Amino acid sequence: MDIKVLGTGCSKCKTVEKTVQEAVQEMGIEAKIEKVEDMLKIMQYGVMRTPAIVINEQVVMSGQAPSKKEVIELINSNK
Amino acid sequence: MKKSNLLLLLLLLPIWVITYLNLQPIADWLTYGVLNLNPDSHFAQSLNFFVFEVPKVMLLLVLIIFIIGIVRSYFSAEKTRKALEGKSLFTGNIMAALLGIVTPFCSCSAIPLFLGFVEAGIPIGVTFSFLIAAPIINEVALVLLIGLVGWKVAVIYVITGLIVAILAGFIIEKLQLQHYVADWVYQVKSGQQQIEEKAPTAEQRIQAGWNSVKEIVGKIWIYVIIGIAIGAGAHGYVPDNFLSEALGSQNWYSVPLAIVVGIPLYSNAAGIIPIVSVLLEKGVSLGTALAFMMSVIGLSLPEIIILKKVLKWQLIAVFVGVVALGIVLVGFTFNYLIFT
Repeated sequence: MDIKVLGTGCSKCKTVEKTVQEAVQEMGIEAKIEKVEDMLKIMQYGVMRTPAIVINEQVVMSGQAPSKKEVIELINSNK
Repeated sequence: MKKSNLLLLLLLLPIWVITYLNLQPIADWLTYGVLNLNPDSHFAQSLNFFVFEVPKVMLLLVLIIFIIGIVRSYFSAEKTRKALEGKSLFTGNIMAALLGIVTPFCSCSAIPLFLGFVEAGIPIGVTFSFLIAAPIINEVALVLLIGLVGWKVAVIYVITGLIVAILAGFIIEKLQLQHYVADWVYQVKSGQQQIEEKAPTAEQRIQAGWNSVKEIVGKIWIYVIIGIAIGAGAHGYVPDNFLSEALGSQNWYSVPLAIVVGIPLYSNAAGIIPIVSVLLEKGVSLGTALAFMMSVIGLSLPEIIILKKVLKWQLIAVFVGVVALGIVLVGFTFNYLIFT
């Protein structure tokens, strides 16, 4: 599984990155987590609100800082 | 959110109202009764102000941010962009400024939002109307103005803020400055991939309202307390009309001075409005106070630095210049025409 966190480095984006890491650890799954900070790349996902979460190249959330529980749900429903 | 939580929420409302209406007696009882302070002393007046204003502003913040959080769940940057696509210039500016108030916006999203708008073919000037209105007119400013200065000034602030945003955007468009946007911006090809937007349920909207209360109040409470503490100190110790000589409506330079002082001061509404409320009390004229507030909140160095990524300096200079000019006009209008 390939998870990307899109965001330019605001505090919310860092929070999301951390939450995703914790969620993956708790679920005990194999996942590559990558933080994308390049604006050109972020725009290629059609995202207008950062932070956003991309799972397997699919944007699943944008503009929010979700809880760990919500991230786990997102990962489960986008496997 | 469960049903029982919803019920709890409804029960909280009357408690909120009763507490709110009794804050002054409670503050008086604490300062003059429990602490037995002399009501004429400077310290007692400062303390009474603080003990009354902090809970009042906090109560207002929780209620209004909750309501606005629910309202905002009906809007999104994507929907706003769709609404603005293909709108004619002036109508587009008005709509953009109005949508700037209700669309969820955080300054860290300013760049992707700007790119998204430009990519959709929305004119630069319309985009600017949005980017000017969104930070200036926000729920925190609204709450603090209603709570500390009065609803009339709050209404004036919102209306003049909208006018500045609409006109500044319109002028920027008329000046034909498209080529002063950084070149790479026009090369951005954003993917079509969008999240399917499912309309949230009523429960989710209430949850959204509650989340924004936690997020915003959690972030600004400390600024509110510091701001009110400074305000309380001035309230008790600085004589009334102390500033009317220097910063009253008679001095034409008070407005530009307020703006120049305001730009490098980077504060959110939470920190600045308690201070502005005391400035007004001590004789600063309304126009000067409005200009100061808009300058601090709307024109800030950090925001300019963020915008530098997508705009060339010429356009940034025009942006700052046009907005500052608009604020000057607001200041003069209120100093000379309306409240003399």
